[in-house]
Amino acid sequence: MDTPKQRDAARPGPVDRRTFVKGAGLVGAAAGIEGILAARRAPAYAQGTKLHLLRWNDFVPAADEALAKIVTDANKALGAQITLERINANDLQPRITAAISSGSGPDIIHMLHNWPHLYEKSLADVSDVAEPIGKAEGGYYEACQAACKVGNVWRAVPHTIVPGQIAYRKSLFEEVGAKEFPKTWQEYREVGKKLKAKGFPIGQTAGHTFGDAPGFWYAYLWSWGGQELARDGKTVAIASKETLESVKFAVAFWKEACDEGGLAWDDSNNNRAFLSGTISATLNGASIYVESLRNKDKYKTDKGALMHTDILHGAMPAGPAGRFHYHAGFHHAVMGYGKNQKLAKDLIKFLHKTENYEAWFTPQRGFSVGATNVWQKHKMWDQDPVMLPYKTAALSFRFFGYAGPPTAKATEVYSKYIIVDLYAKAIQGMKPEEAVAWAESELKKIYA
Amino acid sequence: MKPIRGGAGEAGQVAARLATAPRAVSRGSLVHRLLEDERVLGVLLLVPTIVLLTLFIAYPFAKGIWISLTSASVGQAGEFVYLKNFVKVWNDSIFQRAAYNTFVYTAIATVAKLALGMWLAILLNRHFRGKRLVRAAMLLPFIVPTVLSTFAWKWMFDPTFSVLNWSLYQLGLIQTRIGWLTDPTLALGSVIAVNVWRGMPFYAISLLAGLQTVSPELQEAAAIDGASAWQRFWRITWPLLLPVTMVVTLFSVIQTFADFQLVYVLTGGGPANSTHLFATYAYQIGIITGLLGEGAAASLAMFPLLFVIVVIQLWYIRRVEGR
Repeated sequence: MDTPKQRDAARPGPVDRRTFVKGAGLVGAAAGIEGILAARRAPAYAQGTKLHLLRWNDFVPAADEALAKIVTDANKALGAQITLERINANDLQPRITAAISSGSGPDIIHMLHNWPHLYEKSLADVSDVAEPIGKAEGGYYEACQAACKVGNVWRAVPHTIVPGQIAYRKSLFEEVGAKEFPKTWQEYREVGKKLKAKGFPIGQTAGHTFGDAPGFWYAYLWSWGGQELARDGKTVAIASKETLESVKFAVAFWKEACDEGGLAWDDSNNNRAFLSGTISATLNGASIYVESLRNKDKYKTDKGALMHTDILHGAMPAGPAGRFHYHAGFHHAVMGYGKNQKLAKDLIKFLHKTENYEAWFTPQRGFSVGATNVWQKHKMWDQDPVMLPYKTAALSFRFFGYAGPPTAKATEVYSKYIIVDLYAKAIQGMKPEEAVAWAESELKKIYA
Repeated sequence: MKPIRGGAGEAGQVAARLATAPRAVSRGSLVHRLLEDERVLGVLLLVPTIVLLTLFIAYPFAKGIWISLTSASVGQAGEFVYLKNFVKVWNDSIFQRAAYNTFVYTAIATVAKLALGMWLAILLNRHFRGKRLVRAAMLLPFIVPTVLSTFAWKWMFDPTFSVLNWSLYQLGLIQTRIGWLTDPTLALGSVIAVNVWRGMPFYAISLLAGLQTVSPELQEAAAIDGASAWQRFWRITWPLLLPVTMVVTLFSVIQTFADFQLVYVLTGGGPANSTHLFATYAYQIGIITGLLGEGAAASLAMFPLLFVIVVIQLWYIRRVEGR
């Protein structure tokens, strides 16, 4: 039995700094703690704290599985306990708003579009993470930089882009004489007219939905030379001859070539319509093709062929001003309220380590592409020629607000669907001149 | 502590004990006296309710008013801007459209729910086989989570695969698809129809409860006197049911005016804002755009009018009950 004195000796007493360092030195000598002490900072694994990463539900389950494994590896490498939470992309903003307002929540949040501009004051400066990654990987795409860099400060680290391309039915296009995908709007309209006459219209949303609608109509506007703002970033420039021409063309294009139900489509309607064989083409991420591969026997063409063998992808047709796209950019932001910002940054660095990013990027098969140029050269692109248009899709990626910067005001225009509704109103019967005037008046109120 | 049973001896002992502990007794008797006072007891009993109402109703409401008067955005407290946000939303054409939609939506849906709910309640008040089963089934639209049932409606209104269009086509009633959610007028009509479908059981079950308090003897007496079915309804049932009807309508108006889920799921406010309501537009401004001040202003813009409607209804309910 222990004596009281022995018990006192065994009881952990207050440890001063000197005692701790001496004890730790003895215990940790074999692990080379001298080096750590000399470096005057704790090693990554000694930080051992909790971290919460909030992301969207990836459309490619295999990539989500790969990410889960990377996070498990990160737990070991960083000595952290990382919680990976995935939610619907539509639910991210309510979560962000609640987290920022309460000053607590996930340490890292997946951001879309130009949200780093929207939540700038609540996000940590991650320039020390973003800059080296960009330099090492041949630079970020311009749009990614525009989305994440506010002034001279990186408020998020670009992670990936989910590009939009037009998925189309090879056999149907060939039947109406289109051996390759139309290069201009005029060609697309003519082909679409024939396709609609055959009962296979082009399917395009002009509804209030966050992905495909702005993705199509912003890019369409730019291709005609229309723009939200002048280059000074202040003057509203939507009321132009180019915009008006684009609206007039859109009304005819819609009537002659498109499924008119598209006014009420959300981001999933075109997927269902395409896979069930009721439309011949639609702007989308690669999800239609990915799904047709995932369930090969489930989706067949009207002639009984496997649907995935009849799908090809093409870029948005060019207008008088060129060819542009609006893609969904995804970034990781370290929240300003977070208590483990250093560890959060270390996790982002870890996710971007070449071998880790590659493990996540490869199963995407092109559904998500890198935010930096280097990933265009990856051998994954040799796997499936159908996905090749996605490889360089980000090169023509413009951001809303153009020709001004993608500020919070541009987000207001985007979230109020002003550009989408400019076309939707005209399609519904408003005179093109009136629709343009309406959009101009709304933009002026926002940018005032 | 043993209960005091009475008797001179026991009473004396108690008195002696009380005498030896004067301070405890005085404190105890003070609390006792206070609790005996109805005014104090009333206030004490009200405290939990007041705390709850303050925390969950008054504070968020006051906070909402404060935010609407500032330039607050997500992560930034903003500055006091007086009524600038209200002026901005008032001049916003989308807000004007949302305001128009909200009034049309509430007015048509409320009248339709009342008429159909009353009709259903009168039917269910009769005796027939399987009455309980029908009554239970009637509540289904009200029980199923709104988001879930609205998704079912979304599929039924689907521009491409609508089962409604398919049925009408098979019956030879239409030759081309009906754009339930693509035509601006039809889209608003469709969301109103779903609201009526969902809200009608609330009216029906509440009015049915009210109907069961109406004595059948009155109906029988009127029938013997030769009153028609319509006269019996209009002269007997309706006046007796009026207090319940007013309360149900009051709740329904408030709920319908502030509806969000249904439109958010069905149309997101589109096409071209033709189905936006106050709540969906406020969400779009406040959460998606991050402009909390303007979002709160858009949300509170409905308050004055709703307040007037509620006050009038409450005044009318009191008048009806006081007859």
